[in-house]
Amino acid sequence: MSDLIFAQNRFGLGPRGDQSQGGGDGRGWVEAQLGARLAMLSDAPTGAEAAQALIAYRDERRNAKQAGLLQPASVPKGMPMAMATTAPMTGATMTAPGSGPAMTAEPMTGMTPDARPPRRASKPPELMDAQKAQRQLYLSAVDARLKASLVTPTPFLERMAHFWANHFAVGANKADTVGYAGLLELDAIRPNLTGRFADLLLAVERHPAMLFYLDQAQSVGPHSQAGLRAQGRGRDVGLNENLAREIMELHTLGVRSGYSQADVTEFARALTGWNVAGIGRGPVQRFMTGQPGDFNFVEVLHEPGARTILGKRYAEDGEAQARAVLMDLAVHPATARHIATKLTRHFVADDPPPAVVARVEQAFLKSRGDLPTVYRALIASPEAWQPDRPKFRNPWEWTVASLRALDVPAPPAQRTVGLLQELGMPVWRPTSPAGYDDLAASWAGPDALVRRVEAAQRFASAAGQGTDARAIAPKVLGARLTDATATAISRAESPATGLALLLVSPEFLRR
Amino acid sequence: MDRRSFLATGAVGLAATTFAPRLAFAKAATDRRFLFVIQRGAADGLAILAPTGDPGYASLRPELGADAAGGTKLDAMFTLHPALKQVAAMTAARQALLVHAVASPYRDRSHFDGQNVLETGGALPYRLQDGWMNRLLRTMPDDPQAIAFAPTVPPALRGSARVASYAPSNLPAAGDDLMIRVGDLYARDAQLGPLWNEALQARTKAGDLASGKGAAAAGALAARMMKGPAGARIGMIETDGWDTHTGQKGRLTAQLTGLDAMLAAYRDGLGEDWKNTLVLVATEFGRTAHENGTGGTDHGTGATAFLLGGAVNGGKVLADWPGLAPTALYEARDLKPTINLDALVATALGQHFGQDPARMAGVLFPDTGSAPLRQTLALS
Repeated sequence: MSDLIFAQNRFGLGPRGDQSQGGGDGRGWVEAQLGARLAMLSDAPTGAEAAQALIAYRDERRNAKQAGLLQPASVPKGMPMAMATTAPMTGATMTAPGSGPAMTAEPMTGMTPDARPPRRASKPPELMDAQKAQRQLYLSAVDARLKASLVTPTPFLERMAHFWANHFAVGANKADTVGYAGLLELDAIRPNLTGRFADLLLAVERHPAMLFYLDQAQSVGPHSQAGLRAQGRGRDVGLNENLAREIMELHTLGVRSGYSQADVTEFARALTGWNVAGIGRGPVQRFMTGQPGDFNFVEVLHEPGARTILGKRYAEDGEAQARAVLMDLAVHPATARHIATKLTRHFVADDPPPAVVARVEQAFLKSRGDLPTVYRALIASPEAWQPDRPKFRNPWEWTVASLRALDVPAPPAQRTVGLLQELGMPVWRPTSPAGYDDLAASWAGPDALVRRVEAAQRFASAAGQGTDARAIAPKVLGARLTDATATAISRAESPATGLALLLVSPEFLRR
Repeated sequence: MDRRSFLATGAVGLAATTFAPRLAFAKAATDRRFLFVIQRGAADGLAILAPTGDPGYASLRPELGADAAGGTKLDAMFTLHPALKQVAAMTAARQALLVHAVASPYRDRSHFDGQNVLETGGALPYRLQDGWMNRLLRTMPDDPQAIAFAPTVPPALRGSARVASYAPSNLPAAGDDLMIRVGDLYARDAQLGPLWNEALQARTKAGDLASGKGAAAAGALAARMMKGPAGARIGMIETDGWDTHTGQKGRLTAQLTGLDAMLAAYRDGLGEDWKNTLVLVATEFGRTAHENGTGGTDHGTGATAFLLGGAVNGGKVLADWPGLAPTALYEARDLKPTINLDALVATALGQHFGQDPARMAGVLFPDTGSAPLRQTLALS
């Protein structure tokens, strides 16, 4: 069981119904992609646009605050909700009868793409427009991601981009990250999929989305020039450990892998000064260079002195101090185990077979985190090719696989966003920095299944009654297509129903 | 918020707009309107228009036949299903002609193939690439503005003539039929089976009973788009959920309640234009004469079709009744078709649009070139 169709389901994004054929060398197909680079996305927003949008938003907020139109320190609560419109993806055929009330939750805000967050009389229109511009960047990034997934020549790499974006999760649910969240994947992850893990890690931790999301941009060394000056004025600024902790817990070593609170605090001190240019308006901006949104090391924020982390001493070295820590974390045995476990869980089984984890872990350690070597160890594992242990597709994977199977174009971005919200996995908006988990139990629930059935109806009606599920099923499921599913599809009361059944069949829900 | 979209043929998905675009329709050469409501899944004509006067009926339908008791008796033979109250009213107003024992040329009981024949108008499945409604457009002097009330253009309307499609964005929930099929598919799956049962229980608890609301909205939408001098003249609505292998009593009642509400909303929405309107309701084939062991019926042959509207010469049932005796049944199991659906459609449309029905039959059904019926189906 290592033909192309099987490989495309397990290691790719699912076969395209219009191109797929059986046979072939699935493993070779995956490995051939390891030397490739992901194409840059067209029509994706840029870091410069995100920076400008964020600056404009902050300016408008300040104006509104000064005019007394906002309660101080009120975060834009409408933001995540406003983006969570549940606009259905496409109208279904008008099922005259037998259609009960939709199972999906009512949209929280009744937003439409051009509408605005819940109107507070006090909110000035300039501020609303600034929020809208940020949301638009988010939508464009989601759109670019989905379109790339439908046409990519390298589906395995595309899958890896999604994997790492979730590993280094950034949530588009803070004012500072709405426009930026997608850019972490586009700018930092996609160009670094087939190099060293250390380079991927460094690119991610220096990216403004991450520096904002985990509050690093606010962290001030207590004994830095800025810190001392602030204390002299009685201002309460100081260390923020968020990024340091999550790098250790989530991005590299893994939880409970032996680091201590002292290690976290020391790492946080080393990281002080890692910052983003041009977004804030404070006096510290005088020390920044380059374009808004550029990474900057700001000496006046940096906690001076040597640091000791995981028993190793790092001399004071400005920006390079934390970088040296990161480089060590990137090749640490705990990191190798953590990454190997997550990769194995993602591609092989919810409960990762120890033998596979060990193999991938060794590849990571020996190659010092050379990602193609790591991927190869995974692909070479026979367990990864066992047909009897499929993984349950998460909503994003299932959506992409469905659109590819039916060969329908990406819906408008707003609807994609609404759909993924309904299916329980809004793009780049996990509720915590840990990202979405990778377990069937999280995605296979009663209501979740009903929602997929409803979404499948929409996809099917978008494909139209002229698309024959009987022809597509073997092309996208290959040998995994069961007689029961083939029969159910052939007995469907309409071509569209046949397509919907294909998409929610047990085989298609899994990969 | 009723977000809708207007698409040219071939476009898929709906544009995300916050306004309903104004449709600038050229004035069509005719005031006559035609709407095709397709019933996907093989609707059970023997329940919809029950031959209660046939001596064989009660024994063929010992359980399901009871439904007819509360229906509208139309003549000595036929009783209209009780859920079709508005259709009964249309019949009383002579605005409905109910046709029985009708079938397309297709005889093999596959939904896929049967619908393909019903929509392309070919003699065999996949013989023709375009649909008979699209060919109908080419018989009309000006662009009559054809529109499918669906996200994509259904096969019946596909072809070289321009067709729009327009769908409401608020979706109906998964229909019972699909829910049942999915349940069958998950029954043997250790993970999905129990989850699905839970989902169904939750649905039942939520009082998720079929309502005519969505259906009425669909009818009202179609009327809005087909009303007035600038309204589209040709339209099509798709319905599904008619494949009642199990639990037919409740499901068919729900289906027909929806259909009835949709047709009434369409009639009411059209206002003055109803008098110039012809609606065809048809399905790919009928269902078995004998009810099956699971409270339903299986794929059959002869079915019903409705012609409705102010332009219809209605008020009665049109049937060359073959009877339900075992020897009278098609292949000893189905209602035998005695009226050719192609002929019915070509005749009705020819009369409705003031064209020669024989010529119309040649254009719409080139494979079969069915001879027109002699009856006056549509008032000129």
